[in-house]
Amino acid sequence: MWYLCVFFHRLLDYRKPEVESLAELFGAFEGDNPNNNATLEWRLPKHHHPDSPFHFVNLPSEEIAQNIANRSILVKGMYEVWGEGSSYEELEESIRSYPEERMQPYLSSDSTFKITVDSFGKVMSFQEQNERIKGLFYIPFKGRVNLKTPDHKFWLMETDDYGVNNGLPPMVERRIFFGREVGAADRRLIPTYQLKSRTYLGPTAMDAEIAFLMANQGLVKPGKLVYDPFVGTGSILVAAAHFGAMTMGADIDIRVVRDGRGPDSNVWSNFKQYGLPMPIGLLRADNNLPSWRPDLKEVFDAIICDPPYGVRAGGRKSGGRKLLKGAVDPYTVPDDKRVGHIPSTAPYCLAECVHDLLDLAARMLVMGGRLVYFYPVLREDEMQDCFPEHPCFKLVASSEQILSSRYSRVLLTMVKTGPYTEEIAKAARIKHLEFKENHLKWLEDGNLHSSVFAPADPQFTTTGELKSIKEPKPKYRGKYV
Amino acid sequence: MRLLTHNMLSSNIKGVTNGFPLRIEVEKAIEKQVDFNPDFLKNMFPKIDWKALLDASRTMGYAELPDETPDSSMLDSDEFLRKFHHALLELHLEEGALVCPETGRKFPVNKGIPNMLLHEDEV
Repeated sequence: MWYLCVFFHRLLDYRKPEVESLAELFGAFEGDNPNNNATLEWRLPKHHHPDSPFHFVNLPSEEIAQNIANRSILVKGMYEVWGEGSSYEELEESIRSYPEERMQPYLSSDSTFKITVDSFGKVMSFQEQNERIKGLFYIPFKGRVNLKTPDHKFWLMETDDYGVNNGLPPMVERRIFFGREVGAADRRLIPTYQLKSRTYLGPTAMDAEIAFLMANQGLVKPGKLVYDPFVGTGSILVAAAHFGAMTMGADIDIRVVRDGRGPDSNVWSNFKQYGLPMPIGLLRADNNLPSWRPDLKEVFDAIICDPPYGVRAGGRKSGGRKLLKGAVDPYTVPDDKRVGHIPSTAPYCLAECVHDLLDLAARMLVMGGRLVYFYPVLREDEMQDCFPEHPCFKLVASSEQILSSRYSRVLLTMVKTGPYTEEIAKAARIKHLEFKENHLKWLEDGNLHSSVFAPADPQFTTTGELKSIKEPKPKYRGKYV
Repeated sequence: MRLLTHNMLSSNIKGVTNGFPLRIEVEKAIEKQVDFNPDFLKNMFPKIDWKALLDASRTMGYAELPDETPDSSMLDSDEFLRKFHHALLELHLEEGALVCPETGRKFPVNKGIPNMLLHEDEV
């Protein structure tokens, strides 16, 4: 069954992956061979740009469409379309030819209804809206109008054919849709959880909307165990806990996880504030030297995190002085200073951090479990769409969020498809030692900070030609995108 | 720190071959309520090292768990699940330490958070 899926006009790259993840969560692909790349069928309305908020999506049932819409962050609504056209005459013709038995159940005299007029890229006056509603006289509504709690909600949505539309190229043709609402997103979540209302924040706390998107990509639901190895102030786990998961987190910085800013402003209070269950485990641990029980594997259902990639905050790992001074003897902690000693840490480069993260996820995720994390890319890099790979994982979604003219971050969603074998573990150990031995080299090569903040200069190739600037990806600048 | 976390951790000091299970030193233990979720417990059960959980729960002053490793048929018993739930998720070490069984090195637990970070010469 095809539904009209209307998105909020923001985070354009995140919209379809979210719907596909939720389709998986609510069982749209059940019965399919799990090895098939389960994706949904999408169709654009006539003349619409791929970044338009209007899309048609094929879903197995209305229940699934409703569940997806209600849980999603970026779906404004899912609609059963009763008619569409490029003019009101065409719309009428289209609605009149819609099967009556499909409309009847929602028009009965003992039900209540409401019609909302909505437009994209233009504003309609109250009077115009009323006229549009009156124009639908040919639909035999028998129920009573109820604007507050109607049984059935109908929407008349219009796009126009003039000018630039919220940054999108001009529409070739006006398009009007009329349909019955099947489900709609609960955006109240976002003001409730917005960061400015949170008592304990760090400099890189994850925005509430993105944190919910990450939790949706991770297929978070009650009874699942979600782990964040860079937990910080817990902003990602707050979203996971909201959807009912058990949460665990680790961080190398004890001040962040343990101390916070006092008794009522710490990681725990961020959960208490919203009446969410506290994380079942928080620990201070180094992602580079995890202290898991040696035979432990496949315990987490999702690993969701924002690794420190050295632009706003750099990662740290154990073993500071020893590594930085190289030739000097390893620093030995005097016996009388062992209790309460604060070990020094060394910078942790992105390549090593991501390597450790993939290794951790390969080992600790259940089969079919998801790793969801942000990965930075330089926008002028020609190696676009070249993301970390791992034999145990399949990449199912990558959604770019442009942060500056220099760099973007991409939300990667990977599914564990292969077991963590002894060979893979061995290869990871060898790579781990390689990182340790060539610590300084990796730090220089993997320094994203300097690429992002260095002054811009035209890049010349060896032949002296100015490198052709790649056609930039459109960025819709505006309040909502 | 819940006993679930304890069950997952070991001492990873350089050269230590047998860092599990960590011995618990209790200074202050409290109980924290957690919503009972049978599905979660059933998923978690095969991952748990029973002996370590049993010993840890006794150290924490809870003696209701069966001595023998229960087989998975026990998971149908609500009574067993409640006990397992309580031991795994509700016993909470607020202050104390985790002690490496091989070297005796103490990993402190403050405000419920174990500090597993190694010193420079242990990496």
